[in-house]
Amino acid sequence: MAETPASPPSLPPTPPLWRRLWLPVLVFALLALVPFVWGERFILGLVTRAMIMAIAALSLDLILGYGALVSFGHAAFLGLGAYAVAILFSHDIVDAAIAFPVAILVGAGFAFVTGAISLKTRGVYFIMITLAFGQMAFFTATSLSAYGGDDGLRMFHRSEVFGTRILANDTTFYFVVLGTLAGCFVLLKMIVGSRFGRVLRGAKENERRMRALGFDPFRYRLAAYVIAGAICALAGALFANLGMFVAPAYMTWQRSGEFIAMVVLGGMGTLIGPIIGAIGVTLVEEWLAALTQHWKVIFGPMVVLVAIFARGGIVKLLERVAGK
Amino acid sequence: MTAPILSLNNLHKAYGALKVTDGVSLDVGAGELHAIIGPNGAGKTTLISEITGEVALDAGTVTFDGADVTALPVHARALKGLTRSFQITQVLPGFTVLENVATAAQAHDGSSFRFFRSAGADRRLNDTAMAALAEVGLAARAALPAASLSHGEKRQLEIAMALVSQPKLLLLDEPMAGMGREETERMVAVLMALKGRYPMVLVEHDMHAVFRLADRISVLVYGQVIASGSPEAVRADPAVREAYLGEEEFG
Ligand SMILES: Nc1ncnc2c1ncn2[C@@H]1O[C@H](COP(=O)(O)OP(=O)(O)OP(=O)(O)O)[C@@H](O)[C@H]1O
Ligand SMILES: [Mg+2]
Repeated sequence: MAETPASPPSLPPTPPLWRRLWLPVLVFALLALVPFVWGERFILGLVTRAMIMAIAALSLDLILGYGALVSFGHAAFLGLGAYAVAILFSHDIVDAAIAFPVAILVGAGFAFVTGAISLKTRGVYFIMITLAFGQMAFFTATSLSAYGGDDGLRMFHRSEVFGTRILANDTTFYFVVLGTLAGCFVLLKMIVGSRFGRVLRGAKENERRMRALGFDPFRYRLAAYVIAGAICALAGALFANLGMFVAPAYMTWQRSGEFIAMVVLGGMGTLIGPIIGAIGVTLVEEWLAALTQHWKVIFGPMVVLVAIFARGGIVKLLERVAGK
Repeated sequence: MTAPILSLNNLHKAYGALKVTDGVSLDVGAGELHAIIGPNGAGKTTLISEITGEVALDAGTVTFDGADVTALPVHARALKGLTRSFQITQVLPGFTVLENVATAAQAHDGSSFRFFRSAGADRRLNDTAMAALAEVGLAARAALPAASLSHGEKRQLEIAMALVSQPKLLLLDEPMAGMGREETERMVAVLMALKGRYPMVLVEHDMHAVFRLADRISVLVYGQVIASGSPEAVRADPAVREAYLGEEEFG
């Protein structure tokens, strides 16, 4: 044999911690500073919305970036979470301690059922079938005449937290959303680095190899799909609270497409990338919309340019700039 | 004789009119290195895939380690100890060399539905993986992405992955294919060292290697086993000489 080491061979070194941490620390530090620098309600609301979209994009990255599963119906989970909170509210169940867990369970349940079916297919069929489930959720919402149908459903105030109205304060709500985003980020970081995450990533690398090693990719993908659905529904629960309003428009296929754009532009399979992508897209959209009503004509080419010149997304670009 | 580790009973498989496996029956004894040789397109890779469950049989049964596994899917057979390497290497290209092997070890180390502890920092998996990498001579490459390995090194990596898979039978599909002289020698040495430790089914075109390694040889031609026996018996078999007519390895 080529080598017969006397002592057990030593493990290869891991990269230094700061290398992996500088970008998340920077992003979260900037977000934490926003309320102190721009106290205006409008700015606060806008960035809060951007962070909620970031939670949704983060959850999509688990299945898209780490599982290579292009789900085109992800907005359905946002809508489901939002509707769960608003519908409970209309029945006088206004406490987040009940409404949020229900929203999460609804998202997880919908993901389990639709995932069990759609994950039997691959590639473009998977895209189509998730799109179909997303549209199903959308049209179901429009037909809910008891809950506003097309017009949507209003909440008279934000969810209570154990009987208190602390979320009514916009700054408090801002930090609750920021904390949720940070919590989801840490949770998903742990998941993708765990044994479970390794199987998910491995099945993306080479499914045939993973089967031959003894793994059944379906079970891991389904579990990832359920986790993603649950987290996105949590984003939906926050979204309902932001504007105290829900509508079928929350789950259009265009929004699902936007989530994909956020993940891809920010950097698939990086978690921090989709956060940056979601915030960037939300802010740029807002800015362009204020400049001209034809903002989509400008936004489209911008997306194309980033996709061409920043392969691997904004994160890769930043790392190249900050690196050597 | 002890019970065979693998028993193939009258396997049949056709792709349209092409009978790719045509009534194959053979046993692999415990501890035996059983080589399968045959011309290109004879159905050797297909036979391996029928054993692992990747290719569904039209008829016949596969008995492994005393149990009928014919109805089991690929991953379930793999967990029972049916471990294969591929003719066209199948690694996890974006993973490091170490993580490739650690992933293989993980399959046999309890449930993978563990969500929080870092797998990359798992000492037990990493130590197991490093030991296997050292055994095949790849320890120095552990930190590199698998995609950056040479062809021969990827073959070695596949062997390392097989070693940590708690194999009860190794199915090796042309482990020397596309290798240079030196790499082939190294692989023969690795297989020599494994021989006796694990029963093996070895598909290989390199006749020098086959005759040095094999305890028994089966010759597959057009999906049928035309000869099976000791290397000497197979070498002398007139039907085999006919099938390999003109190939100097048999001269
Ligand atoms: N999925 C398939 N569909 C149709 N024909 C197939 C399929 N897989 C293999 N074949 C055919 O079956 C025959 C046997 O293929 P196989 O790969 O098993 O041969 P082999 O003995 O491994 O050859 P080699 O020595 O070249 O690796 C070939 O003619 C091949 O073209
Ligand atoms: Mg072959």
